[in-house]
Amino acid sequence: MMSEGVRARLTVMRYTLAENGLHRLAFGLFALLMFATLFGPALAPHDPLATNPSEALIGPSAQYWFGTDQLGRDVFSRVLVATRLDMFIAFGAVLISCVIGSLIGAALGYFGGTLDRVASRFTDVLMAFPLFVLAMAMVAALGNTLMNVIYATAIINLPFYIRLARAEVGVRRNLGYVEAARVGGSGHFRILTVFLLPNIASPVIIQASVNLGWALLNAAGLSFLGMGVRPPTPEWGILVAEGARYIASGQWWMFLFPGLALMLAVFTFNLLGDALRDILDPRART
Amino acid sequence: MTRIAWRLLSAIPTLFGVVLVTFLITRVLPGDPAIFFASNPSMSADDVEQVRIALGFDKSLVEQFWIYLGALWEGDLGRSISTGQPVTTEMLKRLPASAELTLFAFVLAIVVALPLGVMAALRPGSWIDQACRITATLGVSMPTFVTGLILIYVFYFLLGIVPEPTGRLDPFMFKPPQVTGLIIVDGLIAGDLAVAKSAAAQILLPGITMALFALAPLARMTRASMLGTLSSEFVRTARANGLSRRTIIVSYAFRNAMLPVVTTLGMTFSYMLGANVLVEKVFSWPGIGAFALDSLIALDYAPLQGFMLIMAAIFLLVNLLTDLLSGLVDPRAGLN
Repeated sequence: MMSEGVRARLTVMRYTLAENGLHRLAFGLFALLMFATLFGPALAPHDPLATNPSEALIGPSAQYWFGTDQLGRDVFSRVLVATRLDMFIAFGAVLISCVIGSLIGAALGYFGGTLDRVASRFTDVLMAFPLFVLAMAMVAALGNTLMNVIYATAIINLPFYIRLARAEVGVRRNLGYVEAARVGGSGHFRILTVFLLPNIASPVIIQASVNLGWALLNAAGLSFLGMGVRPPTPEWGILVAEGARYIASGQWWMFLFPGLALMLAVFTFNLLGDALRDILDPRART
Repeated sequence: MTRIAWRLLSAIPTLFGVVLVTFLITRVLPGDPAIFFASNPSMSADDVEQVRIALGFDKSLVEQFWIYLGALWEGDLGRSISTGQPVTTEMLKRLPASAELTLFAFVLAIVVALPLGVMAALRPGSWIDQACRITATLGVSMPTFVTGLILIYVFYFLLGIVPEPTGRLDPFMFKPPQVTGLIIVDGLIAGDLAVAKSAAAQILLPGITMALFALAPLARMTRASMLGTLSSEFVRTARANGLSRRTIIVSYAFRNAMLPVVTTLGMTFSYMLGANVLVEKVFSWPGIGAFALDSLIALDYAPLQGFMLIMAAIFLLVNLLTDLLSGLVDPRAGLN
């Protein structure tokens, strides 16, 4: 029972995947990331929190693939286990801003009027701030906790979704099918949720997948500065911050591996965004 | 002219919103500032109350906002608790450091990204196009703090070809007399080559770190925009008329491709302002970003407030400039 649209989409997906190696890479890396998220804690060869002072600051070896830190903890296990937390932060923040932002934006684009003008001003104001600093200040104001890092990241991403959904709904609200729905007796709520929102899903999903990488960079940047996650909890940003203290004495593995993991994850999301754009919106291909 | 005036006026509500949001955020921040001022433990609750009144915290929020607005009008951003100096003084002292770093990185990014984007567009699918694509995707994927640390490890620790990554100048050198505030330029003006060279060596790594970050959107936009103009009718006509390849690329395709690039330039510059904080932190760069961060950690909120305001104001200014520049690059852009 596959609808015509879904089947057509799958065909496009097969086509772009077969044609484009980078897209295959994107989906492959994403699968790897999800695998590490789900099974990371189960697969970690060592306890990520167990200290072992007699084996502190050992370079990468067969036993400790990514070496050990100043307390003798296994860096590989810590990086692997951190995947779940980092994904939780990135997906959590993007999900919140994506859902709330597109609802607000769609409503603004549909109804227009004074409220729309005021709200647009408000998004202008939010976007005028250097967003990372705004997130920093918000975490400081709300309290230095993990959830507040997620909320702050979600809030600084809100304007992008509001603008996108507003513009996408704005061009559609007077189209024939919306008109038909209105004549057919559908209320505003039904028109928005049944006819408009599903039609703007593609651009929103593309935006969300690119946004995942950005949200992750932001959150990791915050924890690099010591906000949100607290040691000894393993999280990539904080692991890089801890490792940075040992650069001057040459222990490069402590900062490099979590840094590379972070980079790889963001790289994956960016590639995935490109791939999804090609699949969901073939006209925009370059 | 009317357009410029109109555009200036339209920035005022946003600016007001920025001031309001900054004010509100710093009022919600934890920690009673009065208790900080009255940090002496022997002070009684009564004394703390005196300080609160002196600082105006007993007044209503609306009243406080009016007082704050009045002070802003006179260029008063409050006083930093940790340094004891007015925030405006502190900011002005550190602004040149941030400006030098951002400008250096910005110019570096433009010099690399524009040719890269153009060359990629000229030969789509070639190795240089792939290189452009990979550089762009890697560039946006690299957390600035990780890039910075990798550069420090390789070029300072392993190879030892750059000076210790702390500050703007070799600690044993004296700053040249301030003319522009940019040490490299000031050193050259003063004819002190050693100072200019030292400052250039110091700025290299943080500059590259920031430039890498800014390169990606610029190269991407240049490529996409050039591809668009190269396949347009007027380029085909020019080619059919037998104009030289150089003329077609430079004066037909590139000039017309500049409009979206200029807009992206403005956006990128503003992004870089935000990224400043992390890069300045990693390289101990004595700029306003690092200052704001240190103040935040020390629960000293006036500098943070000032930093956010200055950044937002610069952002609005850059947007304004971008708009005006787009009008110059393509007069049609201003018509609607």
